[in-house]
Amino acid sequence: MSGEPAQVPSDSDADAETGPKDIETGADAVVRALENAGVEHLFGVQGGAIMPVYDALYDSEMTHITMGHEQGAAHAADAYGIVSGEPGVCMATSGPGATNLVTGLADSNMDSDPVIALTGQVSTDFVGSDAFQETDTVGVTTPITKANFFADDSEAVGTDVGTAFALAKRGRQGPTLVDLPKDVTKGEASEDPGEPQTPSTYNPPETAEPESVSEAADVLAQADKPVILAGGGVIKAEASEELREFATEHEIPVITTMPGIGAFPEDHDLALEMAGMHGTGYANMAITLTDCMLAIGTRFDDRLTGGVETFAPDAEVIHVDIDPAEISKNVEADYPLVGDAKAVVKQLSTAMPHAPEADSWREQVQEWKAEYPMDYSAPEDEPVKPQYIVERFDEETADDAIVTTGVGQHQMWACQYWTYKEPRTWVSSHGLGAMGYGVPSAIGAKIAAPDQEVVCFDGDGSFLMTCQGLSVAVREDLDITIVVLNNAAIGMVRQWQDAFFGERHMASEYPWVPDFDTLAEAFGARGFRIDTYEEVDEVVEEALAYDGPSVVDAHIDPGENVYPMVPSGGDNGLFALAEDQL
Amino acid sequence: MSRRDEDRRQGLEGPEPEERKRPVGRRNSQGIRVDPEVEAEHEPRRTIISAYVENEPGVLARVSGLFHRRQFNIESLTVGPTQNEGYSRITLVIEEPEPGIDQAKKQLEKVLPVVHVRELDNKPVARELVILKVNGDEPDKVQAITEMYDGQTLDAGPRTVTVQITGDESKIDDAIDAYEQFGIREIARTGQAALARGEEETARVDETHT
Ligand SMILES: Cc1ncc(C[n+]2csc(CCOP(=O)(O)OP(=O)(O)O)c2C)c(N)n1
Repeated sequence: MSGEPAQVPSDSDADAETGPKDIETGADAVVRALENAGVEHLFGVQGGAIMPVYDALYDSEMTHITMGHEQGAAHAADAYGIVSGEPGVCMATSGPGATNLVTGLADSNMDSDPVIALTGQVSTDFVGSDAFQETDTVGVTTPITKANFFADDSEAVGTDVGTAFALAKRGRQGPTLVDLPKDVTKGEASEDPGEPQTPSTYNPPETAEPESVSEAADVLAQADKPVILAGGGVIKAEASEELREFATEHEIPVITTMPGIGAFPEDHDLALEMAGMHGTGYANMAITLTDCMLAIGTRFDDRLTGGVETFAPDAEVIHVDIDPAEISKNVEADYPLVGDAKAVVKQLSTAMPHAPEADSWREQVQEWKAEYPMDYSAPEDEPVKPQYIVERFDEETADDAIVTTGVGQHQMWACQYWTYKEPRTWVSSHGLGAMGYGVPSAIGAKIAAPDQEVVCFDGDGSFLMTCQGLSVAVREDLDITIVVLNNAAIGMVRQWQDAFFGERHMASEYPWVPDFDTLAEAFGARGFRIDTYEEVDEVVEEALAYDGPSVVDAHIDPGENVYPMVPSGGDNGLFALAEDQL
Repeated sequence: MSRRDEDRRQGLEGPEPEERKRPVGRRNSQGIRVDPEVEAEHEPRRTIISAYVENEPGVLARVSGLFHRRQFNIESLTVGPTQNEGYSRITLVIEEPEPGIDQAKKQLEKVLPVVHVRELDNKPVARELVILKVNGDEPDKVQAITEMYDGQTLDAGPRTVTVQITGDESKIDDAIDAYEQFGIREIARTGQAALARGEEETARVDETHT
């Protein structure tokens, strides 16, 4: 994707007028480190302790996008990282600015998304004194970052930022943070920090051991019921192409995890789409009955596995992961292959003696596809079904259109009823499940891929958490379409109350939701509204055609729930297709 | 695609759960594939893990935070500088089932300032120090016990005697039991410090740190 770092003119070819500004302060070094890393966009909010860095940005070519809330800055940077493959950068001041980033960083951490956060900090002589807007940001973010640094030296601060950048991207990706005390960024510095480098002690594995690869390939070739489980790691390692070739050549059905959506084209014969709590019936049948699972770049999250006792209980597991700590963390790997997904899939491809002889399994899998189609009923005299709206937007957009979401039922419909064909087109909060991810992620995605369509499916509850982001979309004139699947409820919670709490709808109904179309207009965006099936086509067309941010307030059937469903900790093979099966 | 459905079952169509094919195997709660007949669970095991770390500020907090966050059952943690300037050794005693021990090591290795991690499973040299303050009513008897455990008296007054004992864990436990009779006022234990036995290296330390 936008992999090439921007060219930074070297001193020799920079003439005195336009060349990079001399480095005089720590803040200049921070900015230069970002430029050296090829950063083009930053998402953030100003504030006292970070002001020296913003001041240094004044002369930079990088574009800073001022967000409505730091949570939005972190989510936008996260989406930017997912879509572009390059770390997204978010910035905040000390104290409240930094704590507002926390949800976003926790989200990036769970999903191993490359992000760097730069936070202001009170001057070092105030640290520890409970100074105005002081928070122990490094302490607060230690459990939710891949690495974080407290910068204490003006001359070294540029290198710290470079290291943070390199660490966010290399090995298992993740968020990194540099806390920047004001005296350090104001202090004198002169050295160009150079290109980002990881510490010499950080050496993530590249390829897996050849012997283990051959062993695993033999096991897979012998399997009667093979499946591939593709996780987000496939996309992060840019291994989608290799996966597609491998699966097609050996005719192995492919299941994805939620972050793995887009790693394999969902319109492919071998695609079983997503497994897990709200995965397809056919993926869940296959995952339960397989005798050999090639799992690539997945951490076996419990939303995927259900209860581990019943997860792929007959399967030999070949687990490919770049992080050795993921091996046998949740599900025991019989054949661990530690390495970069792209490299290991290539190794496996060379090592495979032959395709598994698994014709009856392949037929079985196709039968399940026919037995458990993703479907819904849509009587015309009832309110519009959300699934229909998702499908209509999918039909009217290009294959590489990017979908982002909030968290809840709408998120599940967006993953179930949209056919993803390309990697980096599905942008969502998976591991953390952070409501409010929708609007800022749409902004980050659009900035990362200005030529691709961006559609955000949001819930009324999720949208209300970060709708200030609309002001940013309007100011930046971003052509994004936000579709609020409005059920006047925090629907996913209500669905669980229906199923497990005797329909006692405690604090899950939102009868006071505003008119989202009017709210959009107040922000200066375009607003649309859907109440009936007749209105759908026209609104879909107009909202997509509108060249700027638009919000579709889609009033959907408030009683609609998400199926299939595996209750939390349940058995994937016993997914419920309707309420009476729960 | 959309379809009319009058009898509103609220959900999808397809065979009921009981009509579906079922797997024969199963896994245990640790995610390990088990024989349908046998329930294999790993019992917790006590072990010593040694980590050689860079002396960055906060490294101890990172390590202890990691163990807390991931719910590893930690019994003691000691830390101190080594012969190599800028590096410390952390010794951890944990009690976990096999998969937990494995995870603890792997997660510890992910902490950036951690240079190397090893489990000391081959009867390492492990020692702990305890300082005990007991009532001083029977100083002679206290002295006798202190001698028995190769301890030292650090402070003796009319009301209290404070002693130090070093040794492996069971010796310390025994000594504490023996002092019980005088009435123990306060105890400070360090937790274990350990090195691998003989030629064996406790942690791989590269040429620059030998
Ligand atoms: C920040 C945050 N708070 C609470 C939750 C718990 N939660 C999960 S789904 C959900 C409902 C979401 O409602 P809405 O955004 O309206 O989407 P719907 O389910 O109705 O489509 C809630 C409250 C969460 N995931 N994130």
